[in-house]
Amino acid sequence: MVMLDAKIPEGPIEDKWDNHKFNVKLVNPANKRKFEVIVVGTGLAGASAAASLAELGYNVKVFTFHDSPRRAHSIAAQGGINAAKNYRNDGDSVYRLFYDTVKGGDYRAREANVHRLAQVSVDIIDQCAAQGVPFAREYGGLLANRSFGGAQVSRTFYARGQTGQQLLLGAYQALAGAIQSGKVTLYNRSDVLDIVTKDGEAKGIVVRDMLTGQVHAHSAHAVVLATGGYGNVYYLSTNAMASNVTAAWRAHRKGALFANPCYTQIHPTCIPASDEFQSKLTLMSESLRNDGRIWVPRDRDEARSAAEIAEDERYYFLEEKYPSFGNLVPRDVASRNAKTVVDEGRGVGPLKNGVYLDFAAAIARDGEQAVRERYGNLFQMYERIAGEDPYHTPMRIYPATHYTMGGLWVDYNLMTTVPGLYALGEANFSDHGANRLGASALMQGLADGYFVLPYTIGDYLAPKLGETPLSTDDPAFTQAVAEVDDRTRQWTSKKGGTHGVEYYHRELGKIVWEYCGMTRNENGLEKALSEIPALREEFRKNVKVLGSPDGINTMLEKVNRVDDFMEFAELKVRDALHRNESCGGHFREESQTEEGEALRDDENFAYVGAWEWNGPDEAQTLHKEDLEFEYVKLTQRSYK
Amino acid sequence: MSKNLNLKLKIWRQAGPHAQGSFLEVDAHDIPEDASFLEMLDVVNERLIADDVEPVTFGHDCREGICGTCGVMINGQAHGPEKATATCQLHMRKFNDGDEIVIEPWQATSFPILKDLMVDRRAFDRIVEAGGYISAPTGTAPDANEIPIPKEVADTSMDAAACIGCGACVAACPNSAGQLFTSAKLHHLNTLPQGQPERWKRTEAMVETMEDFFGSCTNHGECAEACPKEISLDFIAFMNRDYVKSKVKNRSLVSKH
Repeated sequence: MVMLDAKIPEGPIEDKWDNHKFNVKLVNPANKRKFEVIVVGTGLAGASAAASLAELGYNVKVFTFHDSPRRAHSIAAQGGINAAKNYRNDGDSVYRLFYDTVKGGDYRAREANVHRLAQVSVDIIDQCAAQGVPFAREYGGLLANRSFGGAQVSRTFYARGQTGQQLLLGAYQALAGAIQSGKVTLYNRSDVLDIVTKDGEAKGIVVRDMLTGQVHAHSAHAVVLATGGYGNVYYLSTNAMASNVTAAWRAHRKGALFANPCYTQIHPTCIPASDEFQSKLTLMSESLRNDGRIWVPRDRDEARSAAEIAEDERYYFLEEKYPSFGNLVPRDVASRNAKTVVDEGRGVGPLKNGVYLDFAAAIARDGEQAVRERYGNLFQMYERIAGEDPYHTPMRIYPATHYTMGGLWVDYNLMTTVPGLYALGEANFSDHGANRLGASALMQGLADGYFVLPYTIGDYLAPKLGETPLSTDDPAFTQAVAEVDDRTRQWTSKKGGTHGVEYYHRELGKIVWEYCGMTRNENGLEKALSEIPALREEFRKNVKVLGSPDGINTMLEKVNRVDDFMEFAELKVRDALHRNESCGGHFREESQTEEGEALRDDENFAYVGAWEWNGPDEAQTLHKEDLEFEYVKLTQRSYK
Repeated sequence: MSKNLNLKLKIWRQAGPHAQGSFLEVDAHDIPEDASFLEMLDVVNERLIADDVEPVTFGHDCREGICGTCGVMINGQAHGPEKATATCQLHMRKFNDGDEIVIEPWQATSFPILKDLMVDRRAFDRIVEAGGYISAPTGTAPDANEIPIPKEVADTSMDAAACIGCGACVAACPNSAGQLFTSAKLHHLNTLPQGQPERWKRTEAMVETMEDFFGSCTNHGECAEACPKEISLDFIAFMNRDYVKSKVKNRSLVSKH
């Protein structure tokens, strides 16, 4: 029986982290070199953790399925990173960032974690500047800021529209230094396909070498998963093509509870799909909402171009409905409102599947040059994809799956319910509740990797001094290797088959988007619960995988991932069905206010829903971690 | 409304690093002009799979032009005909109905072909590992505003840091030189005040590691033409200047101790 103990430290919220840092066990510098740690994933969380652990003296093995650590999908984050520096003199503070984040998450995050996140946010900016991250600067040489959705202060630091790239390169370069020093061993093109446990503790991983197809095991004192989110369960999302749930899902099957899988952030500003061959959706940074005004024609039958539509014939729906936040309402609110106007038939573009994001006012006010400086690369990207010039024609945007707030359940130390197994960044569930504020993902990834795990991992490792990692000849490893090898080879040994793996992924995505997307209801979710297992069965029977398992085989890589998405999707839907309230990104049609806003049910649902795996043929068991709000007052979120 | 294209493709196929390669000729019909180049390859692959032919392997991931994973030679041009555009951001509306398109992998000894259009670019990682970083162990940093950086400096540093490490510069170069990539990283770090303490050591180490892998620069400028992020050729000049200086500076440090 799993008991959820979040291990939240004693004391007032502003002292909890300091108290905890004092109370956790330490590993002395000379002993750190006696420990091996495996880090899976080289995005912001993984690369920063690996580099920091190596600097402390631990021996680190890092695994990525990319050719280089620098390819991890953190690289694509555009807008910025929040920090409570209060450089703008506009009333920001650690407490305000904490408060905004809990509120923005619709009161479904753990207070203590979020406060710690806000505390270390200031250190992240210092760290990154010291590494040479070229943040935007004012003419005097000091750091510039921009504002972002869900906040009324300017606390977002940025590097043009490539903040994720620059932060990741900073972490990657720190990692490269650690590789050079010999404290980190890098395994690239390595697909982690299972987590190995013995006596309930994490002992290592099983990896498929994507060049040779060989499956082998790696052993360590602790395993850290920084493997990102599950957004590609929708097929179309802003995630990179290879982003997947596999490592987290395999950990779940080995005993790690999966928390809040129904929470998905649908980002409001993406380029609408143009045809059926669309392979992914492209995000346009939320920062564009600082200067872009969102509107649709008032007339549903409008056929004129944007420029021909007079001001009073335009419906600036966010500005009208939410005068105080306007176009800067949080992402979930912006997305649902876009869906509403498009569902009403007011959509724009050839498929009437978007809303306008218009920069005419900003260009008139600040000049084209100023707008180019702020968003040049984003405008360029839009022009390439959509074939329209946003300096003269408003962008067309529509919401798309972007980020997943749910993930592996972790305690305050970022340890999952499997001792010795940690989850960082988007792979865990801990800080964003039911909705993440813009510019907070980069903050959390780096907080976890640079400033949280390096402190908390010692608490687990210290008592293990003198223990050698479990031999990879142990049956726990050899059995896991054999299972992974068999599982992988079964796909290519099947003869016949009807469709490729892409087809099944697309079909799965349609079901999940239709019934568990921007809005959900009981009937739809029930329907998804019957359709997903049927699709999974057909997929497992009929999927066609060509080529050999011994060597590079991109179909084979993908089929394992889609297989895991097929199982994961069912849990996601089950979680959405059980959570009969609306909160953040999870909008249950049965639970809304008279004005159509999300209506929480704090009495019955102020908890983290963490699911326990019971085997492939059994439904998961729900465990609840009650959320206590001592500092942030639970209110109906209002951005009016 | 968008129209469809019918294309004649010649795609390089090679089973492994040492295997004999050859062109696969494919008639790609009904390709929507709004599709990206890689989506066009996706369509081709789905059709190959339907015919029980193994799909063409190519590197790709973010499809937003930022991860640097993708990149092929399109009619002899790295990343194809559109300026400042990675392969994944190239759209089929840039082609005409009836076009023949030859698709090949990057060709450089330091980027061995792994399979079909996928190459191994680890040599770039080796160059960064040689010194492409500022040593700032976690937790040691002063307040970020302690060291002002003039906006012009931050901007030029950012211009260089925009490199996505795709390798098009090497692929486009008749000498397979790695100068543009290496100089971009050096310029990013060497212009910043934070980058000064390790500047000379970094420059020498990165340049010499580059030379272990790549050919020599003879100022053709093809690299900057092909670069999807418009990395400037000027950075190579700055690198050369710093490299010469580093040989003196690093020597004088040795003699002092």
